[in-house]
Amino acid sequence: MTTVSAVSSRKGRNVELGLLVFAVAIVALAYINVGVAVEGAIPPSLVAIGIGFVGITAAFHVTMRLRAPYADPLILPIATLLNGLGLVMIHRLDLANGRDLGESMALRQLMWSAIAAGIAIAVLIILRDHRILRRYTYLAGAFGFALLLLPLVPGLGVENYGSRIWIAIGPFSFQPGEVAKIVLAVFFAGYLVQTRDALSVAGRKILGLTLPRARDLGPILVAWMLSVGVLVLEKDLGSSLLFFGLFVAMLYVATERTSWVAIGLLLFGIGAWVANLLFSHVQRRVLLWLDTFSREALDTSDQLARGLMGMASGGMLGTGLGRGRPQETYFAESDFIIPSFGEEIGLVGVFALLLLYVLLIERGLRTAIGARDGFGKLLASGLAFSVALQCFVVVGGVTRVIPLTGLTMPFLSQGGSSLLANWTLVALLLRISDHARRPVPDPEAPNPVANEQTQVVKLR
Amino acid sequence: MSELTITLMRLGLLVALWAFVFAVVGVLRGDLYGTKVTPRRAAAGRGATPRPVPRGASPASVPAEQRPVGRRFNVRSSDRDPNHLRVTSGPLAGTSLPLREAGILIGRSPESALVLEDDFASGRHARIYKGAQGWIVEDLGSTNGTFIGPQRLTAPTPVTAGTEIRFGTTVVELRR
Repeated sequence: MTTVSAVSSRKGRNVELGLLVFAVAIVALAYINVGVAVEGAIPPSLVAIGIGFVGITAAFHVTMRLRAPYADPLILPIATLLNGLGLVMIHRLDLANGRDLGESMALRQLMWSAIAAGIAIAVLIILRDHRILRRYTYLAGAFGFALLLLPLVPGLGVENYGSRIWIAIGPFSFQPGEVAKIVLAVFFAGYLVQTRDALSVAGRKILGLTLPRARDLGPILVAWMLSVGVLVLEKDLGSSLLFFGLFVAMLYVATERTSWVAIGLLLFGIGAWVANLLFSHVQRRVLLWLDTFSREALDTSDQLARGLMGMASGGMLGTGLGRGRPQETYFAESDFIIPSFGEEIGLVGVFALLLLYVLLIERGLRTAIGARDGFGKLLASGLAFSVALQCFVVVGGVTRVIPLTGLTMPFLSQGGSSLLANWTLVALLLRISDHARRPVPDPEAPNPVANEQTQVVKLR
Repeated sequence: MSELTITLMRLGLLVALWAFVFAVVGVLRGDLYGTKVTPRRAAAGRGATPRPVPRGASPASVPAEQRPVGRRFNVRSSDRDPNHLRVTSGPLAGTSLPLREAGILIGRSPESALVLEDDFASGRHARIYKGAQGWIVEDLGSTNGTFIGPQRLTAPTPVTAGTEIRFGTTVVELRR
């Protein structure tokens, strides 16, 4: 027999500070390790990059103390550590590929980290209450779908490596799908919080599964058709899967009906099967997945095979940072950053990285449980789930669990749009968790406003 | 630098990564925020066991008799007015919590003032609030009903100190 009661939650800002210092120390150790292993000395760029990284972290932490004092203390350190380790690996690949400071990807990644953290800080400062976002539900929906379909606009969208998921404006290129993930989560949360009562009405029961009514199938069919459209027109399996999975997961959270998951999986299965019959780019992906080492697969692309070989050569403890050859794989710093880590820090290290993601996602879901409003609950669980699904798709792709798709690993992978989107996502989670952990005002406490007499002012 | 240094750094990095993971898990364990679960011993030591703090803000959750005495003199109503609620039987027997004029919610939902762990109680089961003549108990459309004696409540009903009110297997009464 137990009773459940509220405790005054600690703010946890000092815990956060401690863990941030620990995270920065690990990143510094990894950076020094790379320098020593490759160049034989502590790299002189440590000071410059270190100051930049510490500056970003400190600015974020101070903002947290001022603007979100009750927010979860674990989210920021985990994100910082992942971002820093990504920087180290990109720097290590810069060294391997002989890129000097001017064209160095690590410096650009650091710049993007600063911009992304800046935007996240701005979100924390401007957005005082996440429930404001609910007012823009349908605007967010329209904006999200526009972002998702933007790469199809002729003249704006660019086709890179078989997928049309980029837009280019002048010298800048951007992947709008990453941002669409957040905007669509806002839309789904606002939409489902309104319609969940209708969507959870029980219909016919088949094989022990209570199905929803046929007339309520509209939204899931629309989402499915859009995701199939993205798959066919943009040839991007990753965004399509992420978008549809996000919708189904949030539908399940909103209605508590397992049948929606079953219907979603069935629809996705049908879509994937038909796509495999009709489209050659999907067939190629499936061939690479099932027979990675066959002659015709290696003739198409040996990227996946190289990544697997890299991880195999890393073994249990890895070759050590700077001692492997991750640069042999194409996109070793973006899509294939997990095999790069697998080779150099081994299975033990990669499992620690994956656990960090698990903990980040757990904090997101815990925030959802703690949130007191339905919209916040749905938004936090949707955002956390999108990170989870993205990690599954990326790691599953490079380890041959599912066909390889072009998504980036949140925080680790090189790429500005990915960093922007994921730091903003973290800022939203922090805002919701600040709201969730803030102590409830005591209704018995004297309210200064209530005791005041209402002033009646007559004009003229 | 020697190969030994590099090997030490490389293994040290792995150890540090895992130490970070365990540090996070350690914080996590102590930081299951929002609720505190207090295990209770059997009702034998009813008076002696420390009473669990009912959900609510901390100053209000101090049982009424431990409150500063000055507070009682502020209450204008008659001295015979009940000011706290005591669970007399059921899983939470022995719990007591102060009544609030704005009303307290009783049910299984964690936002209730008295969180019942009772399969026969509804999420938002009943409400006790201050009416014009005294305290009033209102059933909030619960599945198994709220009873005073054998009678199931259909409308808000005034209660006085000592009246036994039953929700599911829990019996409470108002005390002075």
